[in-house]
Amino acid sequence: MSIDTTAVQAEQQPEGEARLQPIRWKFPITYAVLALLALGVFAAFSPAGTQTQFRLATAADFFTIPLVNVPAAPTAWVLGIALAALAGLAIHFAVRRRRLGVWHPILFGVLFVLAFLVWAGAGRDAVIPLVTVLTGTLALSVPLIFGAMCGLVGERSGIINIAIEGQLLAGAFLAAVAASFFTSAYVGLLAAPFAGAAVGALLVLFSVKYHVNQIIVGVVLNVLVIGVTSFLYSTVLTQNAELWNARQQLPRLPIPGLSQIPIIGPVLFNQTILVYLMYALVILLQIFVFKSRWGLRMRSVGEHPKAADTVGVNVNRTRAVNTIFAGCIAGLGGAFFTVGQGLAFGAEMSAGQGFIALAAMILGRWNPVGALCAALLFGFSTSIGNVLSTIGTPVPSEMLLMLPYIITIFAVAGFVGRVRPPAAEGVPYIK
Amino acid sequence: MKLELRGVTKRFGTFTANDAIDLTVEPGEIHALLGENGAGKSTLMNTIYGLYQPDEGQILLDGRPVSFHGPGDAVAAGIGMVHQHFMLVPVFTVTESVMLGYEPTKRAGLIDFQTARRRVQEISARFGFDVDPDAYIEDLPVGAQQRVEIIKALSRDAEVLILDEPTAVLTPQETDELISIMRQLKESGTSIVFITHKLREVRAIADTITVIRRGKVVGQATPESTETELASMMVGREVSLTSEKTPAEPGEDALQVENLTVLDAAGKVMLDDVSLSVRHGEILAVAGVDGNGQTELAEAILGTREPAAGRITLDGEDWSDLSVKQRLNSGLGFVPEDRSTDGVVAGFSITENFVLDMYDQPPYSNGTAMKPAVMRAAAEEQTSRFDVRLGTVDDPISTLSGGNQQKVVLARELSRDLKLLVASQPTRGLDVGSIEFVHRTIIEERDKGTGCMIISTELDEVLNLADRIAVMYRGRIVGIVEAGTSRDVLGLMMAGVPAAEAEVQAAQHHTVLGEADEAAEGESDLA
Repeated sequence: MSIDTTAVQAEQQPEGEARLQPIRWKFPITYAVLALLALGVFAAFSPAGTQTQFRLATAADFFTIPLVNVPAAPTAWVLGIALAALAGLAIHFAVRRRRLGVWHPILFGVLFVLAFLVWAGAGRDAVIPLVTVLTGTLALSVPLIFGAMCGLVGERSGIINIAIEGQLLAGAFLAAVAASFFTSAYVGLLAAPFAGAAVGALLVLFSVKYHVNQIIVGVVLNVLVIGVTSFLYSTVLTQNAELWNARQQLPRLPIPGLSQIPIIGPVLFNQTILVYLMYALVILLQIFVFKSRWGLRMRSVGEHPKAADTVGVNVNRTRAVNTIFAGCIAGLGGAFFTVGQGLAFGAEMSAGQGFIALAAMILGRWNPVGALCAALLFGFSTSIGNVLSTIGTPVPSEMLLMLPYIITIFAVAGFVGRVRPPAAEGVPYIK
Repeated sequence: MKLELRGVTKRFGTFTANDAIDLTVEPGEIHALLGENGAGKSTLMNTIYGLYQPDEGQILLDGRPVSFHGPGDAVAAGIGMVHQHFMLVPVFTVTESVMLGYEPTKRAGLIDFQTARRRVQEISARFGFDVDPDAYIEDLPVGAQQRVEIIKALSRDAEVLILDEPTAVLTPQETDELISIMRQLKESGTSIVFITHKLREVRAIADTITVIRRGKVVGQATPESTETELASMMVGREVSLTSEKTPAEPGEDALQVENLTVLDAAGKVMLDDVSLSVRHGEILAVAGVDGNGQTELAEAILGTREPAAGRITLDGEDWSDLSVKQRLNSGLGFVPEDRSTDGVVAGFSITENFVLDMYDQPPYSNGTAMKPAVMRAAAEEQTSRFDVRLGTVDDPISTLSGGNQQKVVLARELSRDLKLLVASQPTRGLDVGSIEFVHRTIIEERDKGTGCMIISTELDEVLNLADRIAVMYRGRIVGIVEAGTSRDVLGLMMAGVPAAEAEVQAAQHHTVLGEADEAAEGESDLA
């Protein structure tokens, strides 16, 4: 017998479609504005005849890269013109309704940042320490990355997790207390996931069992964790800080060889076990979410729970297990605030990072590596703000510290294009 | 495998969906379960499939009683089900969809994609399905999605296959393909339970027919029974299956749609250069498989969707700049395709729903204040004219059945003076009695000189109502043909074949349903 494939006839003609596509002006205009900013401010206002110094080396490298000195104004002009050319290319492609590769925004971003740094550091005695900026980037990103992975696992299985903030904070608290009590940072590291999982279990209890709106539960849990930890901090922890809140730090474990590579060595391979765990987590999630039985079932439950149910996948159990597991991830990330940096616990020390992590997850389109990149972007803009505020710049550092939040608003508003969350997220599964 | 039900009863609260159902499906038999919407067919099948637990009664497989705690148990016992709404994840590939729940794995729980893909290809080849294992579900036409569902069931060695309303989304040609697949499965010994409310298909396909009404088995029939016999068994009284209507007396063009193009939010073309007209006093039926631009066409006419290009005029007046409200006030009646989300406000009373688009018009209001007494009186009068079965008009509309809700929507739209009526899926999910009534009402409205545009995916409805038929495929009008056009030709046009070529192809190959049509015509001629 044969199956006629009548349905493939009368294909839609592609040229008709191309003609009607409205031109996407959003990105070309953004590029053009930024290029004008580079030319009109960074290049035009770089004092003539001054130099900008970059330091690319640390003491432990195999060989030392000397300080890089660039003449400020000419470099800024060259970079500005390159940016203008890239913006022009974007407009050219947009008018023809064609797409540019991913190299374009990356190159544009790098050149723009360089132009900004050349201007910001021009004519000052201070040196811009690039390695410090990058180390700071990674350090600031670690909790964001853990938080984003937590959000990703939860949402891929259909549970919106607004409580990442609370999970980070709970992880930081328990890590500090456990580390202090046992005088071992590693005990703190082991304890932290339990705190995150406990918050995750509460989220599961209310959202999966009692079908409460997940956003509301998340907000309430954040307030709960802030309240409980602040209370314990101001009573127990401050009364006997020696016992309950003494500083413990995870030791740095430089990887022999790798840690001596100039620039990337000290940034990536001279870190604590927590950061190495983060590398492993992102890589494993990237593989297992898309290639494993666990990942397939998790995604099916987040996209079309009824379909999963009809093939014998227990929807609510899958959601519960994954959300609690995700809580462990966030709890571990919280440990970075205390034992990861060798700090004692302080009230509300997570300071909104959980929400930024959520934004990183959305910006990364629910994809582990994407979320990693987004978190690094946020970490970088904060780091550069920190460094520039110490060496003094023409723009107030507060403006730079605002940057992650501005990016977040645009990311969440869907500026990066059509983002497609898991179809069934936030919807309780009731048979 | 032999499937037997003994006294299966399923209650939801006080409502008994299945009342002591007895049913026997022999091995290698195609057993049709015929009943109206809401008769309890799907509930029964979900009970067999383990999604519900029966309150009373037994399910036996090959004489052994079984009890299922979930679909997983039923699948393990050899029962497969293709749901009316496909249970496929749109963003998964065919391979991923088929293996979900039964993934072949290598070390560490990683999926063995090669084995999984090979399994899909094997089954696909065995039955001559042309399915790409790496295609994404959302990119496949519904016919192919259904084949994926069948592959899914077969990959788990299903010996009893339940098909819930499998033809609802298919063209007659695709239905033909499905029928031959079913016969092939039957040859290989699979028992098939086939759920439907369409009489013609039952007679063409089934070996045995069990008729269900209001949760009870009302009788068995054979394919030799006439359609009228089956219909009266199904409904419980004599029904006429076709509406009497006089030939149309069309006047001037009422609605004109010129070169209309509509894009969706992502810029994809949903309506591509569509031109058509509806004359006063005629019914133009828009046929096509669901999701080929019909929704967008209706919404563009109503004004809830902004066209990218093109023009809509009513009696020569340009509608481009009119708001939805202005369009309704200038004589548009609109019956949305999904009454529960777009047609009524569930928590509002019947009266409030009745005046939903007229609350600020005289006589229901005098500018600032509404006149509840007038509204109530009008609602009472109109609902009794439309034979809405209700307690009082102050009850929430959610207390009414689907058919009665639809009658309220129709009563609302038709109680105004209309120039144009646009009705999408006016009888979706209704019982035979209500369908009859709705069709008669639409024909009456036509005879008053209103231009009527009926958008329907049910070919039976299109053939019954239309004076002219426009067929849509992938956002385009494939052709506009006269009322007498055969089911085969329309089916081919619904798959994108232009009218002239469809005539030629249809003449060469009759579908099972097309032949059944001709046989039915023969019967009625003799009578």
